[in-house]
Amino acid sequence: MVSGPSLDEQAYVREGASQTAVKILVVGHFAVGKTTFIGAISEIPPLSTEETMTRAAEAVDDLKGVQGKTTTTVAMDFGRLTISDRVVLYLFGTPGQQRFVQMWEDMARGALGALVLVDPERLADSFAVIDLIEQYGLDYAIAVNHFDGSPLRDETALRDALDLLDDTPVVTCDARDEQSSAEALITLVRHLQDRAH
Amino acid sequence: MTGFDELEPQTPELVRPYVITKGRGLPDEEQLSLITLVTAVADRQQRPTRLSPEEQSLLELCSAGYLSVAEIAGHTQLPLGVVKILLAALTEGGYLITRPPVQRAPVADREILEEVLNGLRAKFG
Ligand SMILES: Nc1nc2c(ncn2[C@@H]2O[C@H](COP(=O)(O)OP(=O)(O)O)[C@@H](O)[C@H]2O)c(=O)[nH]1
Ligand SMILES: [Mg+2]
Repeated sequence: MVSGPSLDEQAYVREGASQTAVKILVVGHFAVGKTTFIGAISEIPPLSTEETMTRAAEAVDDLKGVQGKTTTTVAMDFGRLTISDRVVLYLFGTPGQQRFVQMWEDMARGALGALVLVDPERLADSFAVIDLIEQYGLDYAIAVNHFDGSPLRDETALRDALDLLDDTPVVTCDARDEQSSAEALITLVRHLQDRAH
Repeated sequence: MTGFDELEPQTPELVRPYVITKGRGLPDEEQLSLITLVTAVADRQQRPTRLSPEEQSLLELCSAGYLSVAEIAGHTQLPLGVVKILLAALTEGGYLITRPPVQRAPVADREILEEVLNGLRAKFG
């Protein structure tokens, strides 16, 4: 027997006149601070879910021959921000691996844009994820998560290293801090506005 | 985690997803995206009996308001693909209603971005 789940009221999307959902991706390599960032500004405790690597339908076919075969799963985590009576914003965090194609397609489709978290000490680790974001045609801003609290030393060098367009915003943020994370998000949204004009 | 504790923990086995989805295929993305909002139809009095325990639990979860498909997967800890298949079946059966995300279009985008910006500023000052 399965008991009924019980979520408190806050777990649900606030009922607005015609509430609709939009999403922004928070991407970056492993341990760059995605989960921390989402946790800092989400109004719900961050959730995560797994996408089986093979689509469910294909997995069903696999079943016939390969009992007990293990499927790799990958976690994406996400949070929510109620923007207004009309709009609820979801933030989806995901690692940059190219091989999680299905998950990337699900997440990128219809996304307003992406915030790319980078660690200035590990810039090369961000190449793959930036390639992916560009491949999916998403507009993005760079948020430098400054782990040691030191300011970004050389933005020009970082821009060169990441091969950024001149108008791609670069901000520093502390992913543990709500205000700082929100400012990074606001920078992205302003950039998306510029791109939409 | 509440309520779903009694569901079997996720295992690498594929048998279970197959059984609980009754072998159905994935619904298409337009129908159920990660951010499609879902809620139970309000005026359905008694719980239908032909639903599986997982379907009944999902219906229960959705009965108190709207949740996105992603949140439903997160709360139940079922794989996303499985959740989508079950939600699609429940929607087809008339138990759930879905509110898909806005269609992306230049004008809608500009309005929404403006609204998101204002919302973020109001929230975080
Ligand atoms: N000092 C410091 N630590 C951070 C910051 N952001 C994240 N961390 C830590 O870095 C680790 C990885 O962060 P996490 O959010 O899990 O990274 P993810 O893999 O991208 O989701 C965690 O132990 C965090 O607490 C930051 O801005 N400053
Ligand atoms: Mg993480």
